[in-house]
Amino acid sequence: MFIAILIYGFINSSVLALVAMGFNLTFGISGVANFAYGAIYIFSGFLVWIFLNSMGINYVLSILLSFVCSFLMGYLMYRFVLLRIRGLPLSEVMATFGLGLAIMELFRYFDFVGAKYSLPVFIDGSVSIGGHFIDYQRLLVAFVAIFFTVIFYYFIHYTKMGLAFRAIAQDDKTALTLGIDPDKIGAFSLAFGASLAAVAAIFILPLGTISVENGYEVLINALAVCIVGGLGSTVGVIVASIVIGYAQTLTANYIEPHWMILVSLAAIAVVLVIKPSGIFGKQKELEERV
Amino acid sequence: MERRKERVDRGIKVRSDGIYALNSLREVLYLAFPRLVPVVGLLIICPFFSAYWQEVMISTASYALLAVSWELLYMTGLISLGQSLFYGVGAYIAGALNAYWGLPLYLTIPIATVGGGGLCMLMLLPVLRLRGIYFAMVTLVLPLMFSRLVEATRILGGTNGLTGIDSFPSYWVSFYLIMVVLLVTFFGFRRLEGSDYGLVIKGISDNDRAIMSSGINIYWYKAQILFLAGAVGCFAGAYGAHYDMFAGMPGFALDYSILPIAAAAVGGMGSFAGPLLGAFILVPLSEILRALGALRIVFYGLFLVVAVVGLPEGLFHFIRRKYEQIERWVEVDK
Repeated sequence: MFIAILIYGFINSSVLALVAMGFNLTFGISGVANFAYGAIYIFSGFLVWIFLNSMGINYVLSILLSFVCSFLMGYLMYRFVLLRIRGLPLSEVMATFGLGLAIMELFRYFDFVGAKYSLPVFIDGSVSIGGHFIDYQRLLVAFVAIFFTVIFYYFIHYTKMGLAFRAIAQDDKTALTLGIDPDKIGAFSLAFGASLAAVAAIFILPLGTISVENGYEVLINALAVCIVGGLGSTVGVIVASIVIGYAQTLTANYIEPHWMILVSLAAIAVVLVIKPSGIFGKQKELEERV
Repeated sequence: MERRKERVDRGIKVRSDGIYALNSLREVLYLAFPRLVPVVGLLIICPFFSAYWQEVMISTASYALLAVSWELLYMTGLISLGQSLFYGVGAYIAGALNAYWGLPLYLTIPIATVGGGGLCMLMLLPVLRLRGIYFAMVTLVLPLMFSRLVEATRILGGTNGLTGIDSFPSYWVSFYLIMVVLLVTFFGFRRLEGSDYGLVIKGISDNDRAIMSSGINIYWYKAQILFLAGAVGCFAGAYGAHYDMFAGMPGFALDYSILPIAAAAVGGMGSFAGPLLGAFILVPLSEILRALGALRIVFYGLFLVVAVVGLPEGLFHFIRRKYEQIERWVEVDK
């Protein structure tokens, strides 16, 4: 039992870290609210399914196509919606929330509901660790999460574009004087965030069926991880996904799987009450929140 | 005879802005007309609608209550993404009191209104220090949490909800109750906005530090506003529970959160008439679109985006400007 919790908790934490990464990039690091994140997540999942099953394109190609579509989607969303209301946080939240709602409910309207909406796993089979069988896909998710976290950390701390992402959150006018175009970087931040959502969807969704409810849960989980960890902190995201991941696994094991999402919701509420800037957050603690 | 055009409102404004010193019956009419539109429309014209559209107007009125309560919070700088919290709490309190203890509805509705407002205030009290989108996130999370909690613990009827709640003694009681409450809330909040109290709450949203440095406890004011807004939302919920004879998880549904915001965005934020107008546009519109089923929420979402991006001023402010620009021909003084 103990080993099972240890392993499944770790995999759950990786899922959370992977899911939260794109949201963290857009909202945490560049300060652009993207509450359509959950919608983009299921959008890319359904897109792979459509390419694969309705159009008969091969799996690898449909994954790549869906990835590109998500990137474009994020870019266009910034270009046509967010650009006009930049700097009005409330409007950003409402517009992206409305857009996400529209996308998700559109899928529900076209009857994308049911067990047939699932993606094939990449490698079939499972491996036994300490007497517990773990699918290869779950191991792959854990591996991908670690891989992307490392790349991500390097990207935002040591590359020009990553630093620009952080710069526009701090002060976009100063960023402009240093030759960073906040509109261009903002658009890329949204596009990168959307493609990370696609990556998460492509690796995680084969574990179950794709449903519209996934979109809401992903948004809540991503929000929970980012708020608990502290907006904009990569270390915070890792720690928060481990804390929430294990808390969820313990809840699912000892109480009921129904309560898993409650852990995230409660975590958001508790952290915002006790320490609004999160465990590792330092950014803009005073001006924006309290 | 030489003539020129003159703005109708100018004379009134010049004499005194705010404290209207009126010269003629025409000027009284000019000012009274927009204020009489909702009163006459809701109390006198609505009863002549067909039974189906009367029902629509009743549900519109409860959405409008939520929208007006949203606006009160917005004025104080508290952005709520979860008006369904108020609706659900009100519905469950009234439903539980009636279904479990058999209290009659003239007791359950006031208890749910006041108690629900207090309960919502207590729940949000710890996060009053938060502003902007951080407060918004908590309000987004709370109703979701409650519906999951009900689902997981199966309290209060679980996923089936509470059924068999008493309905209103007569249809006209229910009709006039919600209309009168809506009008009283609307005009009451407008009064509040114009008073010194309204000045303080608007100040809190503009610059809370300045208000604090004037020696005013902004958290106490925010708590009061939460109570008021919560009570209005809970009334809508309690009324809905008795009207539908049902209280359940749909009370915490996204509909009740998203529609008030969409109404405020379409109608125009910054005045109570905006969300009211927005609700009376969006709900009947969605009723016309009922054939589209689940597509309705898609439309709400798109309306929200279009209104926020393309119509940041809102419909009400546009209409108001046009009304204030009405001109008439007058003779040029020799």
